[in-house]
Amino acid sequence: MRNRGNVVIASAFVAVMLGMVGLSFAAVPLYRLFCAATGFGGTPKIGGLNAPGGNGETIKVRFNADTNPGLPWKFGPVQRNVVLPLGEDQLAFYTATNLANTPVTGMALYNVTPEKAAKYFHKTACFCFEQQTLQPNQTMEFPISYWVDPAIAKDPATRDVKEITLSYTFFRSMEDAARAGALAKAGPHTAGQTNVRAN
Amino acid sequence: MAATTHDNAHGHDDHHDHDHKPGFVARWLFSTNHKDIGTLYLIFAVIGGVVGGALSMIMRAQLQFPNSHIVTSGQEWNTIVTSHGLLMIFFSVMPALIGGFGNWFIPLMIGAPDMAFPRLNNISFWLLPPAFVLICIGLVMGESGSGWTLYPPLSNSTYESGMGMDCTLFALHLAGASSLLGSMNFITTIFNMRAPGMTLHKMPLFIWAELVTAFLLVLSVPVLAGAITMLICDRNFGTAFFDPTGGGDPVLFQHLFWFFGHPEVYIMILPGFGIVSHVISTFSRKPIFGYLGMVYAMVGIGVVGFVVWAHHMYLSGIDIDTRAYFMGATMVIAVPTGIKIFSWIATMWGGSISFETPMLWAVGFLFVFTLGGVTGVVCANAGIDYMIHNTYYVIAHFHYVLSLGAVFSIFCGIYYWFGKMSGRQYPEFWGRVHFWMTFVGVNLTFFPQHFLGLSGMPRRYPDYPNAFAGWNYVSSIGAYISGVAMLVFLYVCYRTLTSKEKVADNPWGEGATTLEWTQTSPPAFHTYLELPRIK
Ligand code: HEM
Ligand SMILES: [Cu+2]
Repeated sequence: MRNRGNVVIASAFVAVMLGMVGLSFAAVPLYRLFCAATGFGGTPKIGGLNAPGGNGETIKVRFNADTNPGLPWKFGPVQRNVVLPLGEDQLAFYTATNLANTPVTGMALYNVTPEKAAKYFHKTACFCFEQQTLQPNQTMEFPISYWVDPAIAKDPATRDVKEITLSYTFFRSMEDAARAGALAKAGPHTAGQTNVRAN
Repeated sequence: MAATTHDNAHGHDDHHDHDHKPGFVARWLFSTNHKDIGTLYLIFAVIGGVVGGALSMIMRAQLQFPNSHIVTSGQEWNTIVTSHGLLMIFFSVMPALIGGFGNWFIPLMIGAPDMAFPRLNNISFWLLPPAFVLICIGLVMGESGSGWTLYPPLSNSTYESGMGMDCTLFALHLAGASSLLGSMNFITTIFNMRAPGMTLHKMPLFIWAELVTAFLLVLSVPVLAGAITMLICDRNFGTAFFDPTGGGDPVLFQHLFWFFGHPEVYIMILPGFGIVSHVISTFSRKPIFGYLGMVYAMVGIGVVGFVVWAHHMYLSGIDIDTRAYFMGATMVIAVPTGIKIFSWIATMWGGSISFETPMLWAVGFLFVFTLGGVTGVVCANAGIDYMIHNTYYVIAHFHYVLSLGAVFSIFCGIYYWFGKMSGRQYPEFWGRVHFWMTFVGVNLTFFPQHFLGLSGMPRRYPDYPNAFAGWNYVSSIGAYISGVAMLVFLYVCYRTLTSKEKVADNPWGEGATTLEWTQTSPPAFHTYLELPRIK
């Protein structure tokens, strides 16, 4: 009963299946691109444009810091919040101390809430763009340079936003964790993450 | 649909050349015959359903009273909940509706001698038992408590460090591969092997249902496979697809899972739509109302089903515009669904209806499925879902469409075709007892869960505050009734298979017009040696 047509159809569908598996893996970078392009999930804009200058309107930015328990650092913002003019470059600082007596490498992840404000939040330089290594008991100040697009006050979806929270969570880098065996003894899962300095 | 066939009517005559059956091992282990494979799937589905059902009895016993300790720990509870969900979906509903009825009746209804790839068909089935064993290992080890949705971090190596979780994930790989091979076989058979004259628009609705289901499987299961592969790598090989430490995102898993998961829920119900359509038409003694509308409603449900997945994720942090889109798209699905419900009712309208057991299940299906559809539309409202997400309201919703809807359609098919498949008559009285006990039992189980959910009882906990005690008690009693009904069903099977009463080729009379009724009951081991012609 087997005929060539059967094999053709079946091969076509094997191709479709493989294609779908491929797409699901492609979803990983595509999802990242999508978030970066649209500000989805509170992803701020990074790099690029210079601050355009504003019209004197202001907005409040709060700074939040979390530290993953796997990272033996004390990490927090230097200033809790600032009120800044829209459209102008600003500098802010975080500080971190390595409490361990070995060098430790960390990587910070970040987002902005409310999430809808993210596409107007531009970061031009940030310690979170790269991994950071602290020597034993070293303390370091991390700067960030950012500005908020004045368009945020015009967009009907965001003009109610008067306060933006910029949040960082510092993780131990995976290679460092693997080296230190910290992953293996991640141990019992106690609640959430430690807030070194809660807003 | 009129059909003529020249098949040999004396097919079950053993020493007839055309119809010799192989010996036991060759026949069942190495089976390539679509009817035997269908039978294997159906038996497997009953086993999966009984094991999964036993777990649900444990769960209802635990929840019957507050502060019970039948289940000794939260982890054990989570594992039971997870295994119950996975067993019912992948090892009961899908094998019955797709592997079981699909294998049995696709060739019979389109006038094909067998499936396009009989040996592939054998592999599809035999992938399932090892998968089932793996799920049971995860269950017995108590190490797969992530919920059937497998979300990381619940399923990652920090929170489920044991091997049991890997077994469960790998089981889904096997079950997925089985479904993929099966659906490829279905699609090829339906496209290429229809009897002369059976155009696509003359195909029975059940065939359309299986065709759309197979398409959904081909497009969605690989995405689950991809997501699970990433999860396994995260767990065992140090990748960070879903681990923020390495720059991954756990929400991405939810997107991938539900891109599979929502089509999956339609995978579980579409074949049921097909069965119910035939049963309602048969017992109303009328052709189905609006055949083309029914066909394209299924196609529409299949297509739109791929763009609504984030209605499971309203609370995952997606923004308001995204929620608005997914809410609108989800509600659109209610339209083709409504078309089907109204067409079934219109089919019954003015028909000379008789209520044999299959029809009872079909009408019962209409009732419970509509109820579940309505609560689905309630859940679809992002604003309301903020309150009821992850409560018993959602449990009630999907059990009305699944354990009532899809399962009713399975029983509907079993009673409708039992005589055709076995050649023996099921006991009508016990069939009715089975229906009414199940109907009362499951409604008693799940209707009160709407109240529990609306008053805030969260799902996936082994205990609850005393305020919820009343309806939980009622729900457990209902569960026990449906548990006993399952025993009645096993008795019905026993009675049927040992019955001396033979069934005619077409016991249902003028309403039953599809090709399988032109065959003997049971059909010859090899059918359609000469192809029927559809006029
Ligand atoms: C009119 C059609 C339907 C609509 C509008 C609808 C809508 C929804 C929504 C919005 C949810 C998410 C609720 C939440 O988690 O908060 C949901 C959950 C669910 N639905 Fe439906 N649904 C429909 C039909 C169906 C059908 C036909 C099935 C299966 C046969 C089904 C199975 C499920 C399942 C299994 C879940 C829960 C998954 C989980 O969280 O474990 N639904 N439905
Ligand atoms: Cu859904």
